[in-house]
Amino acid sequence: MHRIAHAISALPDNPALSARIVVNGVIGICDPLGGLYLPDLDILVVSDLHLEKGSAFARRGMMLPPYDTLATLRILDAVISRHNPKTVISLGDNFHDRVGSALMPELFRSMIETMARGREWVWINGNHDPDGTTALPGASMDELTHSGLIFRHEPALNASTGEIAGHLHPSATVRRREKYMRRACFATDGRRLIMPAFGVTTGGLDLRHQAMRGLFDHQTLVAHMLGRDRIYSVRFANLLG
Amino acid sequence: MNQIDSIPRAKTQILLPPPFLRWFAEKGWQPRAHQLELLSRVQGGESMLLIAPTGAGKTLAGFLPSLVSLTERGKIPPGSAFTGIHTLYISPLKALAVDIERNLMKPVGDMGLPVRIENRTGDTPAAKRQRQKLNPPDILLTTPEQVALLLANGEAERFFKDLKYVVLDELHSLVTSKRGHLLSLGLARLRQLAPGMQAIGLSATVADPMDLQRWLAPQRAGENNHAGLITVTGGARPEISIMRTDERVPWAGHSAAYAIGDIYKAIGETRTTLLFVNTRSQAERVFQELWTINDDNLPIALHHGSLDVGQRRKVEAAMAENKLRAVVATSTLDLGIDWGDVDMVIHVGAPKGASRLAQRIGRANHRMDEPSRAILVPANRFEVMECQAALDANYIGAQDTPPVGKGALDVLAQHVLGMACAAPFDPLSLYTEITSAAPYAYLTWETFERIVDFVATGGYALRAYERYAKIRKTPEGFWRVSNPMVAQQYRLNVGTIIESPMLNVRMVKHNARGALGRGGMALGKVEEYFIEMLSPGDTFLFSGKVLRFEGIRESECLVSQGYKLDPKVPSYAGGKFPLSTYLAQQVRKMLADPSRHATLPDQVRDWLSLQKDLSMLPKEDELLIETFPRGSRHYMVIYAFEGRLAHQTLGMLLTRRLDRAGLKPLGFVATDYSLAIWALEDLGEAFTSGRPRLADLFDEDMLGDDLEAWLNESFLLKRTFRNCAVIAGLIDQRHPGKEKSGRQVTVSADLIYDVLRSHEPDHILLEATRNDASTGLLEIERLGDMLSRIKGHITHRPLDRISPLAVPVMLEIGKEAVNGDAQDFLLAEAADELFADVMATASP
Repeated sequence: MHRIAHAISALPDNPALSARIVVNGVIGICDPLGGLYLPDLDILVVSDLHLEKGSAFARRGMMLPPYDTLATLRILDAVISRHNPKTVISLGDNFHDRVGSALMPELFRSMIETMARGREWVWINGNHDPDGTTALPGASMDELTHSGLIFRHEPALNASTGEIAGHLHPSATVRRREKYMRRACFATDGRRLIMPAFGVTTGGLDLRHQAMRGLFDHQTLVAHMLGRDRIYSVRFANLLG
Repeated sequence: MNQIDSIPRAKTQILLPPPFLRWFAEKGWQPRAHQLELLSRVQGGESMLLIAPTGAGKTLAGFLPSLVSLTERGKIPPGSAFTGIHTLYISPLKALAVDIERNLMKPVGDMGLPVRIENRTGDTPAAKRQRQKLNPPDILLTTPEQVALLLANGEAERFFKDLKYVVLDELHSLVTSKRGHLLSLGLARLRQLAPGMQAIGLSATVADPMDLQRWLAPQRAGENNHAGLITVTGGARPEISIMRTDERVPWAGHSAAYAIGDIYKAIGETRTTLLFVNTRSQAERVFQELWTINDDNLPIALHHGSLDVGQRRKVEAAMAENKLRAVVATSTLDLGIDWGDVDMVIHVGAPKGASRLAQRIGRANHRMDEPSRAILVPANRFEVMECQAALDANYIGAQDTPPVGKGALDVLAQHVLGMACAAPFDPLSLYTEITSAAPYAYLTWETFERIVDFVATGGYALRAYERYAKIRKTPEGFWRVSNPMVAQQYRLNVGTIIESPMLNVRMVKHNARGALGRGGMALGKVEEYFIEMLSPGDTFLFSGKVLRFEGIRESECLVSQGYKLDPKVPSYAGGKFPLSTYLAQQVRKMLADPSRHATLPDQVRDWLSLQKDLSMLPKEDELLIETFPRGSRHYMVIYAFEGRLAHQTLGMLLTRRLDRAGLKPLGFVATDYSLAIWALEDLGEAFTSGRPRLADLFDEDMLGDDLEAWLNESFLLKRTFRNCAVIAGLIDQRHPGKEKSGRQVTVSADLIYDVLRSHEPDHILLEATRNDASTGLLEIERLGDMLSRIKGHITHRPLDRISPLAVPVMLEIGKEAVNGDAQDFLLAEAADELFADVMATASP
């Protein structure tokens, strides 16, 4: 609930506690709304929007609520307003399937056009939407290298330092007085960063899941978990598997 | 009371064909009066409800009309036109359908009747099912889910056209659930397909038989339609006692560990004992402790719903062959499976309801004219009183089965889709048919239309999915499915039992290099959320063993033998019943009446008299509230006796109100008997000076805005929503080819709930969710009844220290989980304190 309620009710000037991180020497701000702002480059990164997920399911007979795109775009609008970046990079799985961007209702298309006005916009292609976007502002590409950082959708096993990726929807769990709390998170060991999924109907995969194996140095890995209005940063060793 | 002798011989001969008379004569038996009465009234055209205790020959009674009718009809000659099934038997349990087939084949074979009997369950091979459709048996034994599937088939009309009788077994347990709702809709459809069909309900004793009688008959506005009723009373009065012990009865907890020695002794003195407990984790614990002291190596087995089917069948077989001395079991055994000769039932923990106790005790001794023997083992001191109250209730034959209730909307959505899969439907005639089912007699046309709309396109105000509609209106005004995939999707999602994702538990060994081996024994299934909380190396109790968690591989939870003696016990969901309203009232009566304390054990009596000296005993019709300080906090304990669920709801609502009054409540904990709330401010002082007045605090208006506000942020609703969404067909329970991937569900119901609630809060599925929660998890109706009962009868007792009666609930503090808002608070606490080594947490 927190991100949706938050984005609809109390923005944009509600002060949020974010976390400051460094990836390959570049400073980043982890915003609790799920975006990563790189102040020195004036870039905002979001990942795994999974827009039009509801209608993708509806096409296959599961009539999920048609409100997910609107909710996700509202949060995106909020985080863009907060940082007012020169460039927005969306790290892939921007749409839940190949035809999503082509079939998107006009209302949502114009929301994105308004957000993109006066900025550069990069759509990195993901495994759900490998063909790029249709009739939207900005450029589609498979990956982008910039100032020592590599932006791509799927983390590469032998990537050099400075990779910013998505795809895995990382989440983390902490235990406190026999209670368990699980949240989406930014995961970084200083060499690579994996973004939390931004879309409102996207689930999470635990950092200890085998799909994450070999991606991070566990000694320096920290999960920056998304709370209601702040980031909670917890070392990997203190997370629950 | 035995009615065997009162039957005129002549009547028997008129009713029963010769093979039956010969069979009874050969056995040296006589048909019982209720069996003949049922037969003659059914032959007279009535639908009937038979209420009888276990061992009264209920099953034979239920089938007698079919067997007689089929005997008179004779075998259908080969080459005749297609004949549909004659009798449909529906039981809540697969195992029961299989069991009945065995029990029915015997007399049918002995008498040489021309009757073909087959069963059809989820386990029936596809080829056999297909053959059953082409060449139906005379009597089909099946479950509610299979009936729904058969009805959603295009051949349903043909298959059921010759249907004469529907026999519904264990009807009392079916009707109060969503399965019962689905079945009532199925029955309404069967009546359309076979207008002359008669229903025969078989039931244990219930509080209000008329509920069931109506359920069995078509309802129409302005008519009072109901089935006839035959009640068999009596059977010998059971001998029930409460276990006497020299051990100290604990204040709180549910393990009854103190009594294990006495239980073991009782098992040793009897030939076969059934040990009932209320939850699966209790079963595990009791089983383990019995084996710890089992010096005589008595064959004692374990049986609960999570165990591997193979293991369960083995236990059942051993039990039927009288090879076991005792079985520790949960409610999987509640229903009428034949279990061989059980001499005694031991009930560990309080039974939580008088009817439930009576049914469980009925397991002992299947011969109606001999008394059943039972021993109750209370797990704590409040349960001692509850057991005594249940015992008194059983003696006077009290009944507290829940009412049938309104049919659920998610079930209705499933049914509507099923009907469209069978054939295009006319909405008005389907509406008429649906409202003829008693649970749906309340349904308005407007709600029905919203459900049809939901089935078609999700029913959203933003009409985005018209082009993807699952069912569409034809120009003639009929609704039909858009494509064959819809029917396939329906078949995969039919049913109302939604399990949380489960993992197989498999035993593995470490090989010489320390790596995990493959393919050990399967022990059963455990909920995924439980396993997610474990770290490798943690131990837990399952299948009667202490297991060490090794890890998860695909959809399996790998474990090895654990050697620790102090395991974490699986905290399974389910299996915990709240205290029934009736029993709660009995406990209040007993507390208030010191003359009845004489029947209680010494230590419990002393506890109550200490309470009387140091504080007071709550009177029957008043609400006692104690307040006292302890440590740096102030406590209030509310003795409401309304069951854990209603107390939890009350706790949620009261803390909101105390918070508004500036009293800074910190938390609460609920038991079946009382509710404790703690706060930073002095609650006793506040109530004494009327800031706020207790009468205002407990005013019924808390069920208005406060309830609404709380519900909107409650996580309980999310869990309820998930079930509703699956039953209603919004989210698939299973996907073709992906059945085993409960772990990889592609959509999270929680997230969908959040999106829907923030964008369309009056959506029909959210309405269904709220209806469900208020009757089920939240027990709002019960809370409302209590609030109106205690109006003007609240007694506040300020104390300077904890009272004896408050000790049990105070011991529960710290065991409860927090949800919702408190989660973020705990997260903050975790981040700030526990993990003080955190890296940068800078400001923006």
